[in-house]
Amino acid sequence: MKRELLLFICFSILIMLAPQIFAGGYLMNVLVFVGINTMLAIALNLLLGYAGQISLGHAGFFGLGAYISGILSTSYSLNPWIAMPVAAIVVGCLAGIIGFPVLKLKGHYLAMATLGLGIIIFIVFNETVELTGGPSGLSSIPNLNIAGISFDSDVKNYYLIWGFTLAVMLFSINLANSRVGRALRAVHDSEVAAQVLGVNSRILKVQIFALSAVISSLAGSLYAHTMTFLSPASFGFNFSIELLTMVVIGGLGSIYGSFLGAALLTLLPEFLRGANDYDIIIYGALLMIMVMFMPGGLVRGIPTLFFKLFKQKGETDNA
Amino acid sequence: MLEVIGITQIFGGVTALEDVSFIINKGDITGVIGPNGAGKTTLFNIITGIYRQTLGKVTLEGKDVSGLPPERLARLAMVRTFQNIELFGGMTVFENVMVGMHTKSTSGLLACALKMPWSISEERGIHDGAMKWLEFCGIANLADHAAGSLPFGKGRLLEIARALAIEPRIILMDEPAAGLNSQETVALAQLIKRIRDLDITVVLVEHDMELVMDICDRIIVLNLGKKLAEGTPREIQESSEVIAAYLGDDD
Repeated sequence: MKRELLLFICFSILIMLAPQIFAGGYLMNVLVFVGINTMLAIALNLLLGYAGQISLGHAGFFGLGAYISGILSTSYSLNPWIAMPVAAIVVGCLAGIIGFPVLKLKGHYLAMATLGLGIIIFIVFNETVELTGGPSGLSSIPNLNIAGISFDSDVKNYYLIWGFTLAVMLFSINLANSRVGRALRAVHDSEVAAQVLGVNSRILKVQIFALSAVISSLAGSLYAHTMTFLSPASFGFNFSIELLTMVVIGGLGSIYGSFLGAALLTLLPEFLRGANDYDIIIYGALLMIMVMFMPGGLVRGIPTLFFKLFKQKGETDNA
Repeated sequence: MLEVIGITQIFGGVTALEDVSFIINKGDITGVIGPNGAGKTTLFNIITGIYRQTLGKVTLEGKDVSGLPPERLARLAMVRTFQNIELFGGMTVFENVMVGMHTKSTSGLLACALKMPWSISEERGIHDGAMKWLEFCGIANLADHAAGSLPFGKGRLLEIARALAIEPRIILMDEPAAGLNSQETVALAQLIKRIRDLDITVVLVEHDMELVMDICDRIIVLNLGKKLAEGTPREIQESSEVIAAYLGDDD
């Protein structure tokens, strides 16, 4: 428990110091996205990595948070700080209502149902033109501000987003190491055994689905208020798959893994930009190699890799 | 303690159980035996709320519990173990038993994630309780091992420790000696007697006759979905009907 906290403090310090190195560059903007994607990956990981329930519609919850917050603060000139929790509550309730019937499904059927949900939400963004602006987007969403300081630059946004991301991380780490987190993992490993021990798996799955949606919605609202522009294209099926990839590549059932996965998948396309048309091929190949050689994800694969290298060096020293 | 009244279970056109009734006395170790396909595991699945019976009812301490889901039965202090041990393989041995303490704690999702003071003190209670049950079953030294990597015999003990952590008044074990070597079986018999000494009623389905005859106070024999006989180990051993069912009838 103590080690867990120490790791988190070290991680937070590194995150807070990062702008000292990258400030002013284009990378700063990308690091804001890393924060948002980390939140989303953690949200999906709580559902997929801990409770073992798949969702292919999480981009939908992300989009709902963004659009509800965006619309309330533009068309209805609501303060963004009020619009954000309103969005989170609406999305949480929606996920709870949908979750009850949908989470009775298992495996591929659950994947199909959540896929459908994501697509329906995506269609709503496109078609309700008078509300969302349709395919041409929703613009001039106000920035957040605290005591007169407006979060309108990359560095300010960085601290805003990462403040929230770190809070979500700590929240999730605590949850994972509690009775609820253990019950989730128990449901994942053997649902019938968990039930026999008194875990109400149906309610628990709905709860975690709703929590996951609320965190995604929060990330969406923050996205809306930092980008100040939304278009439906950001919330399509592709993004749901990208989130899933982040969780799997980073490591299922690990909060830091979600950060690694989100960081890699957000930064990699930026670094590969130089490769012109070949970037997507290299990107795909790298992901394939990683899944083949690090089936436990980066968070478990990297330490194993270091261990192997270290051990091999030791052996050659002896020889 | 536990009463089974006229249980009938029909799967499609197959009658797996037909009008089975019996009473399990408080504080007894009761064995349910019978040849393969007699319906023992089906009966267990009905009692523990995994299947819903076609007809009949189950009462626990006078209360009708037919059709209650397993998680509700756990809160009424009934627990079971499985023939093919159902461990939480991705968790440590210690964490497995901590899940068993689930009904003994109440902190909700938010209280846990925000580390409210009461959830912290509850967590401490869970730690102590889980350790106590690991020690009771003699596997405290394995606490930090991954449950998925345990040898079968230890996994069986872990499953029992985890079931005991809910502090049951009745525990149903589905073939606890299956897959154990003779040494482990002897240790298991000792453990089951110690569980009974905690005032926990024990019911077991078992094929190991030596174990059943050694530790059971009463035995219920099923054959082809019907109750064939019921009595003390001595009565069962002398029953011509039971011998015929097991060894085949000459007539």
